[in-house]
Amino acid sequence: MTIDISQFYKVFFDEAEELLAEKERLLLAVDIDSPDPEDLNAIFRTAHSIKGGASTFGLNDMSEVTHVLESLLDRIRKGEMALTAQHVDAFLAAKDILKMQLDGHRNGADVDQEAVANVRMMLHDLSEGVIVPTHQPTVPSFLHAEPKQQVAEGAHRYKIELPDLAKRDVDALVDELGLLGRVSVVPLAAGRTALIIMTHESLDDIVAICSFVLDPSDLKIFEAPPLTPEQRAKEAAERARIEEEQGYGFFDPADPEDAGAHEPTEDELGYGFFQPIEQIRLEAGIVAEAPPPAPVRPEPLEITEVAAEKKAAKKGAEGAHAQGSESSSIRVSIEKVDQLINLVGELVITQAMIEQRSSGLDPMVHQRLLQSVAQLTRNTRDLQESVMSIRMMPMDFVFSRFPRMVRDLAGKLGKKVDFITNGAATELDKGLIERIVDPLTHLVRNSIDHGIEMPAARVAAGKSESGRLFLSAAHQGGNIVIEVADDGGGLNRERILAKAKENGLAVSDNMSDADVWQLIFAPGFSTAEIVTDVSGRGVGMDVVKRNIQALGGTIDIRSARGFGTTILISLPLTLAILDGMSIRSGDEIYILPLGFVVESLQPARADVKEIHGQGRVVKVRGEYLPLIPLYQMFNIEPRLTDPCEGILVILEAEGRKAALFVDELVGQQQVVVKNLEANYRKVAGISGATILGDGGVALILDVAALLRSSRQLSDESVLF
Amino acid sequence: MAKTILAVDDSSSLRQMVAFSLKAAGYQVVEAVDGQDGLEKAKQQTVDLVLTDQNMPKMDGLTLIKSLRSLPGYQKTPILMLTTESSEDMKSKGRAAGANGWLVKPFDPQRLIEVVKKVIG
Repeated sequence: MTIDISQFYKVFFDEAEELLAEKERLLLAVDIDSPDPEDLNAIFRTAHSIKGGASTFGLNDMSEVTHVLESLLDRIRKGEMALTAQHVDAFLAAKDILKMQLDGHRNGADVDQEAVANVRMMLHDLSEGVIVPTHQPTVPSFLHAEPKQQVAEGAHRYKIELPDLAKRDVDALVDELGLLGRVSVVPLAAGRTALIIMTHESLDDIVAICSFVLDPSDLKIFEAPPLTPEQRAKEAAERARIEEEQGYGFFDPADPEDAGAHEPTEDELGYGFFQPIEQIRLEAGIVAEAPPPAPVRPEPLEITEVAAEKKAAKKGAEGAHAQGSESSSIRVSIEKVDQLINLVGELVITQAMIEQRSSGLDPMVHQRLLQSVAQLTRNTRDLQESVMSIRMMPMDFVFSRFPRMVRDLAGKLGKKVDFITNGAATELDKGLIERIVDPLTHLVRNSIDHGIEMPAARVAAGKSESGRLFLSAAHQGGNIVIEVADDGGGLNRERILAKAKENGLAVSDNMSDADVWQLIFAPGFSTAEIVTDVSGRGVGMDVVKRNIQALGGTIDIRSARGFGTTILISLPLTLAILDGMSIRSGDEIYILPLGFVVESLQPARADVKEIHGQGRVVKVRGEYLPLIPLYQMFNIEPRLTDPCEGILVILEAEGRKAALFVDELVGQQQVVVKNLEANYRKVAGISGATILGDGGVALILDVAALLRSSRQLSDESVLF
Repeated sequence: MAKTILAVDDSSSLRQMVAFSLKAAGYQVVEAVDGQDGLEKAKQQTVDLVLTDQNMPKMDGLTLIKSLRSLPGYQKTPILMLTTESSEDMKSKGRAAGANGWLVKPFDPQRLIEVVKKVIG
């Protein structure tokens, strides 16, 4: 019986990757001065498990590195050696090497052998040459699996007389049996063939293999007497001749006489029992089988029944195979998921159409139909939610890469940084998650490089020696808010203004702090006095801002001199679907993303005021908000021009509020966002479009852009 | 009726490989992810053979073996340790804990089946 274990490579790769990530996490968290024994054990176990898997799957390079690593870790966890910062560095380096080797096996990525050698040297040096090259079990290499042909003497020799078979079948059989041991072909009379096989495997296995090719009842199998020395020599010579012909061969054990003389020891076998096997079986109540039939006489063995059993076992094995490959997750290409999301999107639209069209029906007459429609609505929404959740991934996917980066960067810059994350379980659309990595990386780098001060400077400023870098994610309405905060020196207002003047930006000394901070998003802006190799080359914040905006998000800075800087990124949870409020202005329907809507109201005439040159404002709960008439923005023929007759929708985005004047509210619904840019072109003030229940198209308003422009609002001007 | 084997290993790739190989050989396999899980699974049903790793989180193999031996119905059940070290020290610890035998890792599936067959047929 041969078992293909290649299907477990992937499992091992995934597992090893997780173990490596875990190992890194543990190493970064470990307290070098007084390490928790449990942590050390856990670190040891990661190396140990990777080694076990790597050696089983024949990934010798990985098992060699983990072996050295494991030995060192073992000594540390047993307290024979104290953990030092060098150890942690070396272990982290080893983790990188293992990851590289893993990628090498997995994707055929390049492996830097020199780096591998360096790390192994480093680990060796750390163990100060105390590590004696320990007994390393020989590692079976399944990747380059070779037939197990090194058949020790003491194996059985069977002669298998085959019925009349096509040469192709004989060859196939020789190949298969070759996996069990050494096979040679002996021609018989009348064109028939016999095979001689020398193997440790049982007769049953041989029959099982033969049964793939022919009916076992046609077989005649004899156990051949062991070869005499002369025969053996003759056979060896014959084999040498054949090997010569086929161009490859296998070496015999160094001394065949000796090898044949003794039973393999437990250590050679790789297993052993503490009691006689019969005793174990007896005590366990396992009924001994009939004494094994081992007639040495060249009589045909009774095999028909065995073969039938084997066939049944094979069927069972196939069943087991299907079961064995079951797993709790499946990999699906993202295209398939996106197609599914698209289809569900269309379904949602269709469902909305049905709902709308059925709403005009008499509920008494069509009661059952309307019930079904209501149920369809619920089911569609559930379906949509489940499908969307397929694309959701936890922020941990992004966060987990930072602890190592922070540690390395801080080390390089000679700073001390405590890194804290929060909300790693917060979920975000996969597409967004992948595109947020770069901007976040940039911000984290900036915080360490420019934000957090050198330890001495911090102490002088009355702060703790270690700076704190805080990374968090949280849901806020339909958005996710990601926060990168440090308790460093904060932004330097004077320096930013000076630099902005130098760069020819329009600035004044009276600008508010918030406006000054926005200057750092200007292209080519950097206030770093020394351009380090970490950051400060002036490519950056503008790109960060552009990337975030491209994701439909916003970026905001808060900073206080001496207390640190906080950067807030707000992103929509998903780009595909949004909860919208449909509103009417003139004959047109527009969608407002619900997340921006605070409330809607009909103002009292006394609350609407005209401000000269600035348009109208409306007083809402003691606050004056700019009033934006929607019909003016898009040049629509208005039905109403008096805000007191229509409806004001109060919108809030990026900390700004405004009142949008519309004719009426139509309803609230989920809409499937269709990209306008991809299908038409970018239109200022419009973030997308959607198809309504009645089949019409509605534009989705870009509320943030709308509010940004509300400052320059005047009654006459057409915006954008 | 097919014999049932409890396979305890924290490494899912090894555990799956062991389970797959044994199932292919016609055995029923119950998988457990660590010693504690193994003990729970052993309590829920009786098995004909236990294969356990040594180094695992929560509960290691030796502790599992000792705990199993104190369970009713597990005094005589064959238990084999799968270990990466075949040192005399580990063997004597295993023997003391109540194991019946050992099998050194890495092993190939054929070897595993061969050993299992020797024990429970």
